[in-house]
Amino acid sequence: MSPELLNAIAIFVLAILVGFEVISKVPATLHTPLMSGANSIHGIVMVGAMLIAASADNWVSYALAFVAMVFGAANVVGGYVVTDRMLQMFRKRPK
Amino acid sequence: MSQPTIDALVFLAWLVGAAGFVLGLHQMNSPATARRGNQLSAAGMALAVVVTFVWLLTPGNPIRPGGMGFEAIAIILVGFVVGGGIGLWMARKVAMTAMPQLVSLFNAVGGGAAALVAIDDYIHIVGTPELSISTAIFVVLGAVIGSVTFSGSVIASGKLQGIVPGKPITFPGSRLVTALTALVAVAGLVVLVMGAAGLLTLTAETQLIALGLIVVAALIFGITLVLPIGGADMPVVISLLNSFTGTAAAMAGFVIGNPVLIISGALVGASGAILTKLMADAMNRSIANIMVGGFGTGDTGGGEGPAGATGSVREIGVDDAAIQLAYAQKVIIVPGYGLAVAQAQHACRELADLLEDRGIEVSYAIHPVAGRMPGHMNVLLAEANVPYPQLKEMDEVNPEFERADVALVVGANDVTNPAARTNKSSPIYGMPILDVDKARSIVVIKRSMRPGYAGIDNELYADPKTGMLFADAREGLTALTAAVKAL
Repeated sequence: MSPELLNAIAIFVLAILVGFEVISKVPATLHTPLMSGANSIHGIVMVGAMLIAASADNWVSYALAFVAMVFGAANVVGGYVVTDRMLQMFRKRPK
Repeated sequence: MSQPTIDALVFLAWLVGAAGFVLGLHQMNSPATARRGNQLSAAGMALAVVVTFVWLLTPGNPIRPGGMGFEAIAIILVGFVVGGGIGLWMARKVAMTAMPQLVSLFNAVGGGAAALVAIDDYIHIVGTPELSISTAIFVVLGAVIGSVTFSGSVIASGKLQGIVPGKPITFPGSRLVTALTALVAVAGLVVLVMGAAGLLTLTAETQLIALGLIVVAALIFGITLVLPIGGADMPVVISLLNSFTGTAAAMAGFVIGNPVLIISGALVGASGAILTKLMADAMNRSIANIMVGGFGTGDTGGGEGPAGATGSVREIGVDDAAIQLAYAQKVIIVPGYGLAVAQAQHACRELADLLEDRGIEVSYAIHPVAGRMPGHMNVLLAEANVPYPQLKEMDEVNPEFERADVALVVGANDVTNPAARTNKSSPIYGMPILDVDKARSIVVIKRSMRPGYAGIDNELYADPKTGMLFADAREGLTALTAAVKAL
């Protein structure tokens, strides 16, 4: 295994541990926005879609990159907007 | 600026973006800071995306020497506008009751995008020396997990929306199909890894066909995985699929060697895993048991089981119930998904407001699996303007029941059944429940004596302290509000 791969695996494992640590403190009240917010974060795969779009040089790759880009963008934009919509409803005092 | 400097700055920007995700999630541990946390996370995302775009334009970038061309720019911009536009539109118009299916849908597209990234990278490097054993493994994992998530989430979303029947669907040989598709995926993985290792001489075409078969098998697997699972088990399914999408994004990150995908994917994978475990624990069932499916009727209160009226239940009129509530000092409302089905959140809050105006202490006891996704009931009540300090978690509220004069149960059933504590032969024995039976008196608003999701009788209803108010949730609450006003 290359040093790059080993580094990547180290990052992966540490990020999983950070995820466990950060999430286990979230109260049940906020579990839906939490899941929706986490959902938006995996929209980062859009960056992957941009990278494959950049390296594409045939129609198959163009098509795959375009669909991946549409999917990723829907995930990111929709995810953050809907999470924000939910969180603004959580008020200490009613309107 | 020299290219190595630019590349380093891009890497650092990705790292800052990932830090935004972690800190944003951290701020979600309190309703007071959660909104800022989500905005921080969004800012991290915007930074990562914009920096990547600019980087790909620089002539020296290692992905596309000379800078990406017109086609790539068009794909990225048009794709963003189309996808982002659809996402924005859906996020704006969705009703809060429909949140689980929307989250499922975003899950589906995220998983699909991860699978496509892995597949496209494989098309580029297959047949070249760049294809290593580890890359082949990550490609197959990314493609499989992403595809399973895609089709599974689409089915889950369809079930929640009512397009696909919510009840468990099984057909003869469905287990066999699931097993076969899993076998195809594993066999494909072995073949491709052996091909990458040089143990098998395969042409590039053969390897692509193998990957194609794996993807098709994974898509079918996702469908047959979710079809047999009942509607009320959806909180677990959605959490698990969310975890899968994160993992798929991380695998795609390994394939294209991108750290921000790996970090973010791992974060989401871990968070989804925790929620899955919490939800399964709250149902007192193992994740495996839920995923095998076939449990329950598909919808709380929708049970077609026998109308079992064990023991004698005491029926109570609206006026009597209103008097109990109006002269209490402490009332705990126990809402279940039935409340949301009847669209009674606002009626519920109006009654609570009225009681508060009379100086009564009102709070809501919310079971972790009330609703169709983790924490769903809290969102529905927040939408109805219930202040969040009144929303109490199970562990927090259970000791309070013995001090409550009235527990008002609306649309919740199995999670209030004391048999879970006392009756070892009950199918729900051991499930953590809300200790409603410890309240001084109990009022249950329910349409009929029909059993809940687990298909069993609720001992709470036969308790001498319990009064049954037979009514639709919304009509019952509205009538109670009117009766309290008239006192």
